[in-house]
Amino acid sequence: MANEKKGFFSTFLNGLIWENPTFTLMLGMCPTLAITTAASNGIGMGLATTFVLVCSNLFISLLRKAIPDKIRIPAFIVVIASFVTILEMILKAYLPDLSASLGMYIPLIVVNCIIFARAEAFAFKNGPVASIADGLGMGLGFTCAITILSCIRELLGAGTIFGAQIMPESYQPMGIMLNVPGGFVTLGLLLALVNAIKNMAAKKSAAKKEELA
Amino acid sequence: MNSYLTILVGGLLVNNFVMNKFLGICPFLGVSKKFDTALGMGLAVTFVMTLASFVTWIVEHYLLVPFDLVYMKTIAFILVIAVLVQVVEMALKKMSPSLYQSLGVYLPLITTNCAVLGVAILNSDLAYNLLESTLNGCCAALGFTLAMLLFACIRERLSLSKMPKWMDGFPGALITAGLMAVAFAGFGGLIK
Repeated sequence: MANEKKGFFSTFLNGLIWENPTFTLMLGMCPTLAITTAASNGIGMGLATTFVLVCSNLFISLLRKAIPDKIRIPAFIVVIASFVTILEMILKAYLPDLSASLGMYIPLIVVNCIIFARAEAFAFKNGPVASIADGLGMGLGFTCAITILSCIRELLGAGTIFGAQIMPESYQPMGIMLNVPGGFVTLGLLLALVNAIKNMAAKKSAAKKEELA
Repeated sequence: MNSYLTILVGGLLVNNFVMNKFLGICPFLGVSKKFDTALGMGLAVTFVMTLASFVTWIVEHYLLVPFDLVYMKTIAFILVIAVLVQVVEMALKKMSPSLYQSLGVYLPLITTNCAVLGVAILNSDLAYNLLESTLNGCCAALGFTLAMLLFACIRERLSLSKMPKWMDGFPGALITAGLMAVAFAGFGGLIK
């Protein structure tokens, strides 16, 4: 698949939907579960990861002929860690609130498997434009997934979304949704839902093929 | 002495990395299908995390702070961990081929295990001294191993049971992990 020449847009959509890093590739689980207690955290983390992913994909793709195959892993790590450090400084300077609420999970973007996996599987084999498309698609796919997850958790756990009261005053917030078990269970149920939809779609297309045949 | 005991109990149970801090979820979900692989991964992580806590403390206090390079912390730590993993791999290969055989597969995966970088950053955020850092690294890793082994035991049983198709695999595993986290939350009152 990766060797095929594909358009900017289809590479982008591939990351955003068909190979969504959270729902189908199961990558980057740690931040997915850890910071999705408020919708604003989810979107902040998602965009921060997207920034690092796009930059590192672009750089690694530009450097792919210069980096020897044997030391590519340390080279990837240095590129990714540099961008994460830049991001850390920018967030601390301009968005101190977000920086404080994400805490140690910002430096931990370095070891987010999505970024590493895309560098290895895509950017090291493809040109810079395709790599930017892949980074944007994967990053925004990740952002969408964790924003959905954090909206659900914030709604049930605090009765709000992005800090705005949604549930009626009489709603008793389910504190457990904001804790660790809530994270695991919500993601599990979301994945089950995605699987169920996929199964249904597969059945439908199989039925269609039978009809045609 | 009280604080060392706090670190021990905290790392193992109360602030369990997997069940409380969401660190190291990828190997936790990825290599926990069988008890033996979970044990191998756990041991390899314990080894590297203890060493990493020790070395990153030295790097931070004797290299980064004196030269005013603290903003390079993330890069320095991850490089130290990557080098360390490589060294451990080579040393094991040379000195104990049998151990290498059983742990070797898991070693390269540890570089991108966020628990290792996580414990280094946590140690530095909490301003632990050298002994506390090393102990924290070791205990946190043992806690990780404990959670992984328990989870692997449950998953071995789970794979034999009949599950709806859409719940099979990761969704079922995640909900199991959620129930385990409820149990671990019960340790919450032990410290403080």
